[in-house]
Amino acid sequence: MAELKMTGIAKSYGDVSVLEDINLDIKTGELIVFVGPSGCGKSTLLRMVAGLEKITAGELEIDGVVVNNIPPAERGIAMVFQSYALYPHMTVRENMAFALKLAKKPKAEIEAAVAKAAKILQLEDYLDRLPKALSGGQRQRVAIGRSIVRDPKVYLFDEPLSNLDAALRVATRIEIAQLKESMPESTMIYVTHDQVEAMTLATRIVVLANKGIAQVGTPLDLYERPENEFVARFIGSPAMNLWPGEVIATGPQTRVKLADGCEAISDVPTSEGDIGLKVNVGVRPEDLRATENTPVFTGTVDFTELLGEVTQIYFDATSGDPVIAKLPGIVHGLRGTQIRLTAAPDKVHLFADGRSLLYR
Amino acid sequence: MHPALQGILTILVGVGGCVGYFYLSNQFLDKVLCPPRGKNAGRNINRANIIRPWLFLLPALLALGTYLAYPVYETLRLSLTERSTLPDGSTAYAWAGLDNYRQMLNEPKFWEALRNNAMWLAVVPALATGFGLLAAQLTDRLKWGNIAKSLIFMPMAISFVGAAVIFKLVYDMRPIEQEQIGILNALYLNFGGEAPIAWLTVPFWNNFFLMAVLVWIQTGFAMVILSAALRGIPEETIEAAIVDGANPFQVFFKIKVPQIKGTIMVVWTTITIVVLKVFDIVFAMTNGQWETQVLANYMYDKLFRSNDWGVGSASAMVIMLLVTPILVWNVRNARREMK
Repeated sequence: MAELKMTGIAKSYGDVSVLEDINLDIKTGELIVFVGPSGCGKSTLLRMVAGLEKITAGELEIDGVVVNNIPPAERGIAMVFQSYALYPHMTVRENMAFALKLAKKPKAEIEAAVAKAAKILQLEDYLDRLPKALSGGQRQRVAIGRSIVRDPKVYLFDEPLSNLDAALRVATRIEIAQLKESMPESTMIYVTHDQVEAMTLATRIVVLANKGIAQVGTPLDLYERPENEFVARFIGSPAMNLWPGEVIATGPQTRVKLADGCEAISDVPTSEGDIGLKVNVGVRPEDLRATENTPVFTGTVDFTELLGEVTQIYFDATSGDPVIAKLPGIVHGLRGTQIRLTAAPDKVHLFADGRSLLYR
Repeated sequence: MHPALQGILTILVGVGGCVGYFYLSNQFLDKVLCPPRGKNAGRNINRANIIRPWLFLLPALLALGTYLAYPVYETLRLSLTERSTLPDGSTAYAWAGLDNYRQMLNEPKFWEALRNNAMWLAVVPALATGFGLLAAQLTDRLKWGNIAKSLIFMPMAISFVGAAVIFKLVYDMRPIEQEQIGILNALYLNFGGEAPIAWLTVPFWNNFFLMAVLVWIQTGFAMVILSAALRGIPEETIEAAIVDGANPFQVFFKIKVPQIKGTIMVVWTTITIVVLKVFDIVFAMTNGQWETQVLANYMYDKLFRSNDWGVGSASAMVIMLLVTPILVWNVRNARREMK
């Protein structure tokens, strides 16, 4: 039950600036996911919320109180670490009770809180074990339990699933989603570099890049209406294809002339003055389909990947930045053939100078 | 021959001998004893594999046998016999049973040594480990922490006798009309003491002045080992404790110390063993006078000053009996740490 407000938050280590001018409002009950490439500062931002890193500039408010100089324990936050960070010399019970013991809570209250958390996380049979006698998934649940016990205003998760194997990751992801559902009033901030985690868990995603926020929005917002080329290519896998072109017709729909006599039609509206504008046309691999008419792209397939549910075809596979298309089902014998591809106008994105024309 | 040449020659012969031994003995095993050829090739290979570890162990076993096992046996034998010099100059050994031990137990000096050793045991390992832990923790986050660490570690490089000489100067006393060169007396007079004190002759307390020397030396050792252990603690457990609301003292005592408990015990017991064997410091500073006797110095007194090989060996056996259980426990602990 907490609102969080970041105003102009910045972080620098000496002369090296890591984050600049972060502004963000988080409402009660949201699960905000920070994503971004390695080194974009997402963990640093989370650690600033936790109070483990000093805030260089700007203000961080939790429930209207500026907490910049309040120690972590008094901010009403709880954090789940990537490596679980369980105290190895304490049993599961002691691990979960540690914070409450430090707060000098009455014994009965501590026991009740631990019992409740253990029940939610199905850890009742393991309360007297040491962390080393637990599996990875169980350890992660203890780490989450340690947070639940404290009943914090804000839960912070720092890449909590990245130390788990693939199968366990999916299971734990669902557990976290269910945990969030069972506590609709709790506010959570979750850091990950895994898109699937971001898309499935988040109420809103914050994409961090180049020391700042690239876009904030619901998962589908980010997928369907990326604000810039960075978000467009960061969300979705494989990344969105981009082709340079020039606007030749404007109106509610825009026509763009591409190289090799290709043309694209987009639902993004433009005005008269945009004629001749240099743009990048973006189409996601899954939105491309074969056509007999004027294509958006044409080329010779030089590599295919049969994944069963889809077939991924590559053009210029060796160029480092290949054009990729995703066709449904299993399609044999495409290698070496000439293919013409197009996309529905509502799936064609337009960017000028890296910014989407939708957000002008 | 020039001593340097002699040294180099010794090294060459020693290293060459080792290499030669391993090479030739293995050649002998493979070529002569169990050649992997002929109709028994398989059996020979298996046999060679069984014998080979012993080839490598043999030098160590021989050295340990000669310089460790045999002396223990010989000391035990001497402690049960009486050695006397006959008129013609030769020595004779007579079975004495437990007489040497009985005599030793009747000597007040032995009990004094035992009591002092017990005090050393209670004080030195605790203080050295405690100071070491404190130094390790306090220097960890400092910019000049490494300089501080080097300074604290430096006494480790000084021999016990050297350290004893340094501290003898610290405790030195000059007549009151002269300038004091001992810093302890200088401070004592400066802060209102009336007359300089010969610190090392003050019974009971002088033990602690001797212990200070060993604490001074061993703190560096404890600090280095514990500092490495502290750095091995996962940073995230400390951060988790901070988020959980632990203050620096609670982080230290409830999160850090429990996680390095094993290392602390190894350091503690290692210093304990050093303490049980302590000799040089007492020998060089008081030689056991003024009620500062310890077991090792007592043994030396008996064995080499009084030429009483029986009682001297008996006291050596007592020291060994005291050290052994701690040593066994220490080795076990160290092994567990390594796992």
